[in-house]
Amino acid sequence: MNRRLLLLLGIVTTVGLSLLPFLWFLLTSFKSQAEIEAAPPTWWPSGSLSFYRSALFDHHLFDYVANSVVVAGSTTLLALLIAIPAAYALARLPIPGKQGILAVLLCVSMFPQMAIAGPVWRLLDAIGGLNHRWGVVLPYVALTLPLAIWILASFFKELPPELEDAARVDGCGPWATLLRITLPLAAPGIFTAAILILIYAWNEFFFALLILTQPEQQTLPVGIALFQGEFTMPWGELAAASVVATLPLIVVVLLCQRWIVSGLSAGAVKG
Amino acid sequence: MAQLELRAVSKSFRHQAVLRDISLQVPDGSFTILLGPSGCGKSTLLRIIAGLDAQTSGQVLIDGVVIDHLPPAERDIAMVFQQYALYPHLSVRENLAFALTIRRTPRHVIDERIAEASQLLDIQGLLDRKPRDLSGGQRQRVAMGRAIVRKPKLFLFDEPLSNLDAQLRTSMRIELKKLQQRLQATMIYVTHDQVEAMTLGDRIVVIEGGRIRQADDPQRTYTAPADPFVASFIGTPPMNLWEGTLRAQGTETIFRSDGMTLPLPAGLLPPHPGQEPAITLGIRPEDIALQEAAATIGVEALVELIEDLGADLLIHCRVGDLKLVARADRNTGTTTGMAMPLFLPVNKLHLFINHRRFDPPTTTPI
Repeated sequence: MNRRLLLLLGIVTTVGLSLLPFLWFLLTSFKSQAEIEAAPPTWWPSGSLSFYRSALFDHHLFDYVANSVVVAGSTTLLALLIAIPAAYALARLPIPGKQGILAVLLCVSMFPQMAIAGPVWRLLDAIGGLNHRWGVVLPYVALTLPLAIWILASFFKELPPELEDAARVDGCGPWATLLRITLPLAAPGIFTAAILILIYAWNEFFFALLILTQPEQQTLPVGIALFQGEFTMPWGELAAASVVATLPLIVVVLLCQRWIVSGLSAGAVKG
Repeated sequence: MAQLELRAVSKSFRHQAVLRDISLQVPDGSFTILLGPSGCGKSTLLRIIAGLDAQTSGQVLIDGVVIDHLPPAERDIAMVFQQYALYPHLSVRENLAFALTIRRTPRHVIDERIAEASQLLDIQGLLDRKPRDLSGGQRQRVAMGRAIVRKPKLFLFDEPLSNLDAQLRTSMRIELKKLQQRLQATMIYVTHDQVEAMTLGDRIVVIEGGRIRQADDPQRTYTAPADPFVASFIGTPPMNLWEGTLRAQGTETIFRSDGMTLPLPAGLLPPHPGQEPAITLGIRPEDIALQEAAATIGVEALVELIEDLGADLLIHCRVGDLKLVARADRNTGTTTGMAMPLFLPVNKLHLFINHRRFDPPTTTPI
């Protein structure tokens, strides 16, 4: 009983600490300028929507949201399109040095962004990718692939190969087997990978700032960061914009959560 | 329905030979069992027939046509897997329909076949369930149904009953036998269970170490095993086997092993007396008699352990330094530690010379 109590206390503390900044921003976004500047600070906001109005219309927040949707969406799709066959091959084919390939992939994902920023910029400059949204999608895909391949490969490995054998005997070619049997069964893994890629691409700041210098192409993190003027710090607008930026992600994760159920493959083989 | 032929099929993984020179004819409508211990290569052979693995050399023919270049999808073979391999995201009905849908079979034909197969297997009530909601026996039925709806040329079974508990296995075995007789289909069935092999098959192919040791009807594998391996693998408990030497002595042939000397009838000397052949003598536990009769050889045995099987007893004894198991009626009054005479009928002895069965030309069997 005591241990359960301690565990509960631990969970509440951890979740509370993680949520506190978000809660503070959420509360701040509904305050008025006077409430923000009040000393001592007021806790409960009056429910003013003025900062939302300002963020959305004066600061063109919707444009940034649209850019982020395009960038994060295409990063996720492209990364999955490459990662699924790669992971499937690594999981199933008798490739020599498989473990080595996976280890190298992991090393690639450990490269500090700062170290590759220069080369990436020059590469994109050479192929004309600067100031294009696809110019950030490319490095995002490259940077998220290792993790995606790792997650997917471990999911594919857990699927019983007998299911694919059965599909082949039943008349499926390699593509039909992948599409009709393997992918539906690996759905939890694919959603997990997709969400992680999406979160990365949605939140990424450094490359976006480096590559997208025109406001028309900038993504949410960059856009919000550039709210601040030379002499002002628009806390209210920042808070409102941050809430707007976080919401889509939360919705997507909650929607996909029911797909990320393990044990979907139960009953296929002796359980 | 079709006949299958294997011509000198060999398979090796990284220079490790798994199958060596397997040649086999499976006649149309036969129930052929590939029997052997785990790791003998029998499942690999099945996968080669299905097209899931490629052989290193040799040919696979169906109805006289070489099918080596065909992918599994085009071989018209159905396979039932050890782990059932039902598609977990599809309902039982969709599982049954899967292969037919892939082949673009008309909807009404699919429905007809599913109705037919589900009635045959008594799974009509399960059609809308997912595999995870089925018991082991039900999954097994669905797996068989998935093969039956296709009406394939050839059915392959890879130890389909080995995951079921003993009781269910027995009843499924009987059902499978009835099914085969009803469908009149050509079936190849892999198992390591000799009881399954003896009861199901009309032909048993015993495989060990990647080679065919004997391909025969079930009775012959029991009564006339081709080599000591088959003799020890088929039958429970296994045949008593002793290694020793043969010497001519007057009108008799003397078999000598550690601490045991048996006078055998004359005419049993191996054809090349110059070399020292490997001699193995065997007798089945149930062939050993407790009473003396004509043409028996008596030995003095020391009873070490008695296993009561209910119907009869297994008497584990020692003759000299050799172990011997005899099956006896439960009313024999045998007790552990006692010395008792046992009688080996001469015509029930199995003689193997250089690991091959030797039937002397004069009397059959010896």
